[in-house]
Amino acid sequence: MTSRPKLSGIQKQVLALYRGFLRTARLKAPEERRRIESVVSAEFRDNARNVDRRNFVYIEYLLRRGKRQLEQLKNPDITGLATLEVKK
Amino acid sequence: MAAAALLRRSPAARALLSPALSSRLVTSKHHSSSPAPPPPPKAPAAMKTFSIYRWDPDSPSTKPHLKDYQVDLSDCGPMVLDALLKIKNEQDPSLTFRRSCREGICGSCAMNIDGDNGLACLTKISSASSASTVSPLPHMFVIKDLVVDMTNFYNQYKSVEPWLKRKDPPSQEGKEILQTKADRAKLDGMYECILCACCSTSCPSYWWNPEEYLGPAALLHANRWIQDSRDQFTKERLDAINDEFKLYRCHTIKNCIHACPKGLNPAKQIDTIKKLQIDT
Repeated sequence: MTSRPKLSGIQKQVLALYRGFLRTARLKAPEERRRIESVVSAEFRDNARNVDRRNFVYIEYLLRRGKRQLEQLKNPDITGLATLEVKK
Repeated sequence: MAAAALLRRSPAARALLSPALSSRLVTSKHHSSSPAPPPPPKAPAAMKTFSIYRWDPDSPSTKPHLKDYQVDLSDCGPMVLDALLKIKNEQDPSLTFRRSCREGICGSCAMNIDGDNGLACLTKISSASSASTVSPLPHMFVIKDLVVDMTNFYNQYKSVEPWLKRKDPPSQEGKEILQTKADRAKLDGMYECILCACCSTSCPSYWWNPEEYLGPAALLHANRWIQDSRDQFTKERLDAINDEFKLYRCHTIKNCIHACPKGLNPAKQIDTIKKLQIDT
């Protein structure tokens, strides 16, 4: 069994944010939970693929934005997520 | 992409100010028989360079940089905000900044102009021939261009519980709680604060401890409620901020006094709180 690669601080922060979203999704209705999980994981996968891993300024910006969105999602009055496609 | 378009705002219609409309009004007075009068002699162009901080999260590969814009001051209002609006209208609609009242009462357009924090709408364009630098408030996280993330700042303001708290039930239902003119006068120099964050972001102590230290703006508001004669939680309020970090990270550097666009004195109010902490 190979040992896991050692993660940098910022990688841990990203994973913690992802985990925070998944844990918050558990508090919502089952159908909404599935939608939240798919939206969040698509967003994370997309950024993992497209963002330059050395572009710390941008990654930290995304982390702060994600934290703000997570804080909003934690509010019990918020029932779910909605997204819209922005054509570029 | 969720929330990709959150910060986009449509540029406000400025129909009343548009030159096309005003010229139409002028020509209508002369009727059609006489030719339109020659345009008034143009003032000589006085070009001024503005170096403005740019960073757009939608193009992450571009690093933050200063971009130069030339503005003709003979055809521009006197304030930095006028120049920014002129640039946004005529040269680069992607330039992003917060603004609302353009008269120094909303506190939206706080930014760092030529190294000093201030409101763009109250800061005159410097007459120096050198370029003016406009950047976001220092040591704040940038959301885009000149727009910074104020979440932490607002949360600190919220943490001082900026509302009237009473222990007695009101003497008469639906009646105001009165205070004397002398008691009201104690609030002068505090209630004027518009929470523009110029003071807090000019404070080196706040730069190093933005999470723990409340900063001059929040402490000024804490004192505004401590001093209020109608508030009955003075002791609790004092205890809540009696903390090595929250209050005592103020080392009376007094940058806040220099920065405040409303001419307030946050350092003096923090001093008042410290004195009250000793007395009680």
